[in-house]
Amino acid sequence: MIWLDHLPIAPVAIPALAAPLTLLLMRRRARWGIAIAFAAVLAMLGSALGLLASAGTGAVQVYAVGDWPAPFGIVLVADRLAAIMLVLAAVLALIALLHAVVTGIDRKGWHFHPLFQFQLMGLNGAFLTGDLFNLFVFFEVLLIASYGLLLHGQGPARLKAGVQYVVVNLVGSSLFLIALGLLYALTGTLNMADMGLRVAQVPAADQGLLRIAALLLACVFAIKAAVVPLHLWLPRTYDVATPAVAGLFAIMTKVGVYALIRVVPQVFGEGAGAAAWVPAPFLWPAALVTAIVGFAGVFTARTLSEQASYAIIGSTGTLLIAVAGWQAATLGAALYYLVHSTIAGAALFLVSDLVARRRAGFADACSPGPDFAGRQGVGLMFMAAAIAVTGLPPLSGFIGKLLILKSVAAQPGWGWAWGVILGTTLIGVIGFARAGSAVFWKTAPAGEAGVPGDTASADWIAPLIALSLLAVLSAGARWATAYGDAAAAQVLDRAATARAVLGEAGA
Amino acid sequence: MTYEFLVASAIGMLVAGAIFLVLRARTFQVVLGLTLLSYAVNLFLFASGRLVLNRPPIWDKTVSEYTDPLPQALVLTAIVITFGMTAFVVILALRSFLETGSDHVDGEDVPCSGDDSGMGKGE
Repeated sequence: MIWLDHLPIAPVAIPALAAPLTLLLMRRRARWGIAIAFAAVLAMLGSALGLLASAGTGAVQVYAVGDWPAPFGIVLVADRLAAIMLVLAAVLALIALLHAVVTGIDRKGWHFHPLFQFQLMGLNGAFLTGDLFNLFVFFEVLLIASYGLLLHGQGPARLKAGVQYVVVNLVGSSLFLIALGLLYALTGTLNMADMGLRVAQVPAADQGLLRIAALLLACVFAIKAAVVPLHLWLPRTYDVATPAVAGLFAIMTKVGVYALIRVVPQVFGEGAGAAAWVPAPFLWPAALVTAIVGFAGVFTARTLSEQASYAIIGSTGTLLIAVAGWQAATLGAALYYLVHSTIAGAALFLVSDLVARRRAGFADACSPGPDFAGRQGVGLMFMAAAIAVTGLPPLSGFIGKLLILKSVAAQPGWGWAWGVILGTTLIGVIGFARAGSAVFWKTAPAGEAGVPGDTASADWIAPLIALSLLAVLSAGARWATAYGDAAAAQVLDRAATARAVLGEAGA
Repeated sequence: MTYEFLVASAIGMLVAGAIFLVLRARTFQVVLGLTLLSYAVNLFLFASGRLVLNRPPIWDKTVSEYTDPLPQALVLTAIVITFGMTAFVVILALRSFLETGSDHVDGEDVPCSGDDSGMGKGE
């Protein structure tokens, strides 16, 4: 079927078409604009699910843009890993969009919906591309849209955080370009599969340059993933972002992790000669420290959204502990935890918004405030989200952490990993329990700011959907982990990917 | 060899200046630093296809040796993106200064004094 052949381009093409339409319609016919935004996200979800099904057979679907053959033209590669990320992005986008529309935050500025669509275009493109320079371009697309979304709603705090966020990411983009230039000069190609074949032939005299390129690239992805010590931009940025936007940003750090999982095994994996696994020894300790710093931040945070920001850092650290093993088992566990931690982080941001909307004057500060409507319900949702983020049963975080613990047990230095993961879980539990009991159990006099918050709209729907998805993820864990393990095995099998992308020449 | 030394040292100077400026406290200097950094990166990308003198990048009947056309395409993309980003960051820095009253990147309640002579002193 001709339509199925073009399925890999759909997740990039749909938001690219929807963005200008929403831009045109939001001025006069806002309802139509919102309808198109929802239709686009649903279509994206449909095409992502289609790719998930077709990649589930183990086939690597390669889409040559403009039908230019692989090492020369740009290719999109839809394998299991890409399909997982696409579905995750579409689901998260649906939740964030629903929350934005229900709470009316999308009408606080003119361009929420177009920027949202461009953000999705960048995300989907980054997950699909098989070309390193194209990865840079899609990173820029998603970053430029994220600058706009971060500033959505305006205010001095957002502008201040925005300047820092933009400067950090511009420096990161420059590093990315330097690494790209080095790799192109050494290998003469930008196609990842082709580059993976050619790094083994780089002469011994150029090995130093190759290592620099690999480490610079890992550095850039670590900035995006907010790995300690490159995490300082994240808490402030996510704390001030509009909560629906922060919910979507929960996947932005995972884009960095995704890029590491994609590029390191493909280009610097097994058989890359002297430069094989160059970034690996640096990633492992950084991941341990990231987990500690993140959950320590959960313990000391002053507002619920700041707590959610640090929880994102901590979960990225836990995720990278598993990723840094670079074995099929650890990567499979990491992929399950990646899906879980993204949705759980987003749920935490949305619940913190529920609290902030109901407590006028106190917002989402971790301090006792006056009683508010729906306190029990919101409190229960906060508890569920906290359970998910820290990894207690029965939600999927428990399964994810269990899988990670089990898979790293075969690694050297597993004692450190176990100690850090279990220790940070305890710190996280105490941190969330402290914040939850202050916000939901204690009461303080209202003071002069006793205006009740806006509770009319059904704003609890989106976080509830996120939390129930986590329940689904733990109920369907058997299927999800099987898919994750298969995806991990496929990512590590660089020869098979090279054959699929380059045809017989890559064999 | 001499050309390579010239280009390499030029890129090195640009990057050194850029790093110094990016680490400054005020947004204007940081923006200048980012601009210098993007110049350096563009030159670097351009040189990544090797330095070839007086050769065309596209096919010509009379020539037998070419320069690599791909880095030129990459540089074009990089220039477009960094140009747009520089324009954005200038506006953002200006809005941030007008709304918060401070032109410091970390913006922690530092009022902008008219005295801007302390280039090497910092705050």
